[in-house]
Amino acid sequence: MARIDLVDLAHSYHGNSTDTESYALKPISMTWRQGGAYALLGPSGCGKTTLLNLISGIITPSRGKILFDGKDVTLLSTQKRNIAQVFQFPVIYDTMTVGQNLAFPLKNRGVQRREIDARVSEIAHLLDLTPDLHRKATRLTPDAKQKISLGRGLVRSDVAAVLFDEPLTVIDPELKWQLRSKLKKLHRELDLTMIYVTHDQTEALTFADTVVVMHDGRVVQSGSPAELFEKPAHTFVGYFIGSPGMNIMSAEVRGREARIDGHVISLKRNYDGLPTGAKIEIGVRPEFVDIAPPSPGLLSAQIERIDDLGRMRFARVRVGDVKFAARVRESFSSLDGRCGLIFDAAHVHVYADSRLVEGAP
Amino acid sequence: MEKTVNQKAWFLVLPVFLVVAFSAIIPLMTVVNYSLQDTFGNNQFFWNGVGWFKELLDPSTDLGGRFFASLWRNLFFSFVILAIEVPLGIVIALSMPRQGWQVAACLVILALPLLIPWNVVGTIWQIFGRPDIGLLGYALNSIGINYNYVSNEFDAWVTVIVMDVWHWTSLVALLCYAGLKSIPDAYYQAAQIDGASRWAVFTAIQLPKMNRVLLIAVLLRFMDSFMIYTEPFVVTGGGPGNSTTFISIELVKIALGQFDLGKAAAMSLVYNLIILIVCWVFYTVMTNAGAGRRVKEGAK
Repeated sequence: MARIDLVDLAHSYHGNSTDTESYALKPISMTWRQGGAYALLGPSGCGKTTLLNLISGIITPSRGKILFDGKDVTLLSTQKRNIAQVFQFPVIYDTMTVGQNLAFPLKNRGVQRREIDARVSEIAHLLDLTPDLHRKATRLTPDAKQKISLGRGLVRSDVAAVLFDEPLTVIDPELKWQLRSKLKKLHRELDLTMIYVTHDQTEALTFADTVVVMHDGRVVQSGSPAELFEKPAHTFVGYFIGSPGMNIMSAEVRGREARIDGHVISLKRNYDGLPTGAKIEIGVRPEFVDIAPPSPGLLSAQIERIDDLGRMRFARVRVGDVKFAARVRESFSSLDGRCGLIFDAAHVHVYADSRLVEGAP
Repeated sequence: MEKTVNQKAWFLVLPVFLVVAFSAIIPLMTVVNYSLQDTFGNNQFFWNGVGWFKELLDPSTDLGGRFFASLWRNLFFSFVILAIEVPLGIVIALSMPRQGWQVAACLVILALPLLIPWNVVGTIWQIFGRPDIGLLGYALNSIGINYNYVSNEFDAWVTVIVMDVWHWTSLVALLCYAGLKSIPDAYYQAAQIDGASRWAVFTAIQLPKMNRVLLIAVLLRFMDSFMIYTEPFVVTGGGPGNSTTFISIELVKIALGQFDLGKAAAMSLVYNLIILIVCWVFYTVMTNAGAGRRVKEGAK
């Protein structure tokens, strides 16, 4: 059981250069609270696996510190940190049975035979592996193998955090759901800190109560799924989370008005005093833009196609050169593909150099 | 649809048939023919039935005695070199670097002995071990070890075995290295997290993952050592006495030394049969292991 603090943590795979811009993981400081379910979300190569491996101790950071409950573990080996890790591809020991696999970490630590048996049967019960305990682990399906990998972590009574590195990659879609809800359930029952690395937003948003979005070696936002959706702190978050992603277009912003193509969109907050010389953009999710028949008061656009996602229809439109997605109401129909866009002012955000600007009330 | 009858198709098979006939069937049948007859030279042959085979498989006769003696010698030799080369190859593979320029350097050094022609290997060791001018022989004798592979049976065996280990351990090491390289990093990381010792990593991960390549290594080394001829022939010529006379050396002695074509033909057929059987057994074991694996994968 532990709180994990990262203090100015950074890592480079090419030695300790002074230029942190070239680092695989740029300096970050953050706290993971005990018992939290976290997801590290980002595209391939954004540094999320690096961060995970730093926490588990598989790699040693180029700079910064990692604290478990205030105790510095930066230089401790993986064995000495009380963490468990589940990898992308199931790792099982081929020659052993399921039971022996589960007992392996305890045997290595010289735990008493009787205690091992008790723990193994407890964990097997928790993971529904009891009927398979005496089978060879190689004969099982990938999802069962992933459960064994997880079980080897959970079987240790001292385990502080469980790290998952895209654990569902090789699992069939229908079993993914089962396994994910199993993880959720375990998280509630065992009060463990869980950190889950993925590039799949659905996995991240359904699993975690805090999602940490990473981009290019940096943490760009950390917050609840609702926060990420409603108030992306970075244009990347807006674009990466949500399907379709956030609409982002450059605009002239002055006071409570944003100007696009000579058309004025009113804003909820006051944006005087934006940094000069910065690239100013506005971002709005497709869910907060409605399509209406063209009228002089609305930003006019050309419809390219309409995607029916079942619960909602989204139109792909074009405003000048900029592509845009917007919600289509049931009643809407257009003959010539011309339309107007209605913005929900409360959900139009302003970004300076890709970062969210709060604005004054 | 009606089948068209076209006998011309046979001509397409003809080249293959001819090649196989001249490369395998005709030579083999010649040997079978010899094995059933006796000759006193002058191209005169007499029918002998299975006489040579009876004699060959009866250890109390001269021919049978020599055959079984060389067979046991050969099996013992194969057993010894396997017992040395397989563990040694594993140890070498384990201690090789995983990345950097050292990998290429190690691979080249390891591959060198494999590139040397058999009789050159024999010649190298023949000279290397000579007590008068050979580096090894002279050095051993000058530090007081009485080493002479020409007159001492034990020394001759040691020389032949060390030579084979020098020549072929690389093959086992390279195969094992390939097997080790195919293990994903996640296994080592998981083992680290599970607190596994170096030995536990070896027995739980590396050895099981290497078992396929080890099987291939054992098969290759067994067949090769069971058919060994050139190197011991160059070094010891089968001596002193008959102490390092392996089956192939004995066979050549009978066929070319004594010109007993019938005996030699019978012996080479039995020799061939043993190799085929061993080969088949290994092959069955390997494909069964493979099939077992496929069934498992299918179950996923």
